[in-house]
Amino acid sequence: MAATEIARQAGEGARTLPLSGHVGFDSMPDQLVNKSVNHGFCFNILCVGETGLGKSTLMDTLFNTKFEGEPNQHNQPGVQLKSNTYELQESNVRLKLTIVNTVGFGDQINKEDSYKSIVEFIDTQFEAYLQEELKIKRTLHSYHDTRVHACLYFIAPTGHSLKSLDLVTMKKLDSKVNIIPIIAKSDAISKSELTKFKIKITSELVSNGVQIYQFPTDDETVAEINSTMNGHLPFAVVGSTEEVKIGNKMVKARQYPWGTVQVENESHCDFVKLREMLIRVNMEDLREQTHTRHYELYRRCKLEEMGFKDTDPDSKPFSLQETYEAKRNEFMGELQKKEEEMRQMFVQRVKEKEAELKEAEKELHEKFDRLKKLHQDEKKKLEDKKKALDDELNVFKQKKTAAELLQSQAQQAGGSTTLKRDKERKNNPWLCTE
Amino acid sequence: MAQQKNLEGYVGFASLPNQVYRKSVKRGFEFTLMVVGESGLGKSTLINSLFLTDLYSAEHPGPSHRVKKTVQVEQTKVLVKEGGVQLLLTVVDTPGFGDAVDNSNCWQPVIDHIDSKFEDYLNAESRVNRRQMPDSRVHCCLYFIAPSGHGLKPLDIEFMKRLHEKVNIIPLIAKADTLTPEECQQFKKQIMREIQEHKIKIYEFPDTDDDEEEKLVKKIKDCLPLAVVGSNTIIEANGKRVRGRQYPWGVAEVENSDHCDFTILRNMLIRTHMQDLKDVTNNVHYENYRSRKLAAVTCNGVDNNRTKGQLTKLDTVEGMSPLAQMEEERREHVAKMKKMEMEMEQVFEMKVKEKVQKLRDSEAELQRRHEQMKKNLEAQHKELEEKRRQFEEDRAHWEAQQRLVEQQKLDASRTLEKNKKKGKIF
Repeated sequence: MAATEIARQAGEGARTLPLSGHVGFDSMPDQLVNKSVNHGFCFNILCVGETGLGKSTLMDTLFNTKFEGEPNQHNQPGVQLKSNTYELQESNVRLKLTIVNTVGFGDQINKEDSYKSIVEFIDTQFEAYLQEELKIKRTLHSYHDTRVHACLYFIAPTGHSLKSLDLVTMKKLDSKVNIIPIIAKSDAISKSELTKFKIKITSELVSNGVQIYQFPTDDETVAEINSTMNGHLPFAVVGSTEEVKIGNKMVKARQYPWGTVQVENESHCDFVKLREMLIRVNMEDLREQTHTRHYELYRRCKLEEMGFKDTDPDSKPFSLQETYEAKRNEFMGELQKKEEEMRQMFVQRVKEKEAELKEAEKELHEKFDRLKKLHQDEKKKLEDKKKALDDELNVFKQKKTAAELLQSQAQQAGGSTTLKRDKERKNNPWLCTE
Repeated sequence: MAQQKNLEGYVGFASLPNQVYRKSVKRGFEFTLMVVGESGLGKSTLINSLFLTDLYSAEHPGPSHRVKKTVQVEQTKVLVKEGGVQLLLTVVDTPGFGDAVDNSNCWQPVIDHIDSKFEDYLNAESRVNRRQMPDSRVHCCLYFIAPSGHGLKPLDIEFMKRLHEKVNIIPLIAKADTLTPEECQQFKKQIMREIQEHKIKIYEFPDTDDDEEEKLVKKIKDCLPLAVVGSNTIIEANGKRVRGRQYPWGVAEVENSDHCDFTILRNMLIRTHMQDLKDVTNNVHYENYRSRKLAAVTCNGVDNNRTKGQLTKLDTVEGMSPLAQMEEERREHVAKMKKMEMEMEQVFEMKVKEKVQKLRDSEAELQRRHEQMKKNLEAQHKELEEKRRQFEEDRAHWEAQQRLVEQQKLDASRTLEKNKKKGKIF
């Protein structure tokens, strides 16, 4: 038996021992299977293709059930993605199937951005899973996985080659999802045209470096069938939910005046091959590839974007704790710096405003000092005037008093002279005074 | 959100279990089993009996033969194959456990080992470039209880209490062939009582919907803890070749369910619940370790010693990754800064207003005083003017008066002169 991955990983450290009886761990795969059956399975398919290529019909045919009520409205601008989840059960296996349809793909005049909403959708699912995985308290084992496991790319049956829209879109999607290209409505192509068409498509994909999903050939049980099927890609399919009686059986078919195309007839179309590969043989591998390849790529890019590294400059591996701590310290440092900056800015403003106000105050005081000075001068002048007046007043008073004194003296003297004259007259009648 | 749909024909996804089966066989399986117990309890013999192989032999002696001064934790890896299924079995043993005179902290190396395995897995899971991760976490711990017949020893209780939230503990009564069935029953009851009393969480079997399985599980539960006997030798007994222990009074058969619970243990551990033991380790014990580790990082990188056991909802930011938490903190910080800015702005404006107002008031005051003084001066001026005017008037008046008097005097003296002249003539 070929070495298992575990054995390879164990390497030299483990010795192989023979068992002397039946221990019973060969039930491990069964135990694992029982657990997964109990838990239920989930699968998500994305159908990308132009309007009218029979995407919904094919889904109905593949899963033998009528999924959607009515066809989608095509009145929205841009490409919309509509997803629906269904619970299916077959014997004891429960499957949560999500079908995502692109509405309006290829309808626009300018289709440059058509792929964007698809890529965005796929990335959103990856992001949701990544967020859950990074949570502190997480519940991964009960998480409803919405990541797209398979992308069925519907190619229009022109018979010539791939459209440039197809090439561009597939190139953008090949690193994000498992692409399975199929030729839709292949009952419009004749057998010879079909072979040429398939070869053309395959060569165009190869020359443009588009990586489509290859059915795995590493497991001996399915290697043979898978490699044969790889050669039949892209599958030319026909879908139909109508039944037509052929012989004594009711089969799914499309009835034309010139004949009936039987969906499940392998010589009519590759529907059976698609169903076989997609569902019955490789469903689990599609899920595994999505998880281990596409999701890991997304995760790696996202973490590197955020600045996480596995080794520090000295090539020593980081422990998770160190990484988070380093990030956290950086982050806190940033925040603190911002806070400091803001504070400083405010301090600066306050300083400036204070200086301004001080200036204004100074000016005001200066103004009033000037006024005060003026005042003082005025006052002084007034005082001087007052003094001058007082002096004059004093002089005048003195003069007045002196004059009055003189006058009173004179009067007295005059009085006494008159008296004297009168006396003399009396005494001397001969003195005629006048 | 999901609609139930009925299939109108065979689709084929019922083969999914087969696909899973195929892939798991291709990958191979791994299991890590830890055995803990004092020396001489038959641990190595039991492992050999369980896996029907000489894991422990003369070349690779069991833990009790490797006498150590301190408790060590050692691993033995073996690759075994059966029915196309490959199993990498790692047996972890603890030579020296409980053998010293002072056994305080003899569980610490065990805890450290389990934690280091969790740490390895966590780091591998958190790398940017991840590869298929080997799972070397301890999936199950078989704890050997000495068959004293009385109850658990303090060491047993202490060990189980410290490890029940880190690993699936399956307690076993070792060397059960020293107990009679009645003694064994009593002993088992006693042990289970003590386990419940000390709130020790031993490995719990999951509930099943299947009735058959439910019956099986109930049977196992009734026999806990399992009383086991191990043997490295094959003996002839009753015409059969059996693994057993030869006594003068008979043969204790390992695989006889009347003699001991060995078959129950093997069925449960290997044939039915191996996967569940791994799942519980992954979904419960590892997740506990991880959330505790990551929460410690986000709370300022300081080890969160407040919570010893599982984190409660109150302690962690429920359902957030450390990065998301940092985002949240960033947003909070931005909001805080905005608020702070606003507040500062407000205070600033207010202070400026105050100061400006003060300045204006002071200006007004000064202006008022200036006006006052001016008025005062003017009044004084006026007064002075008035005084001067009065004075001038008075003076003019007086001077006029003086002039009159002078004139009179002059006239009088002139008249006198005249009269004098006249007088003299006479």
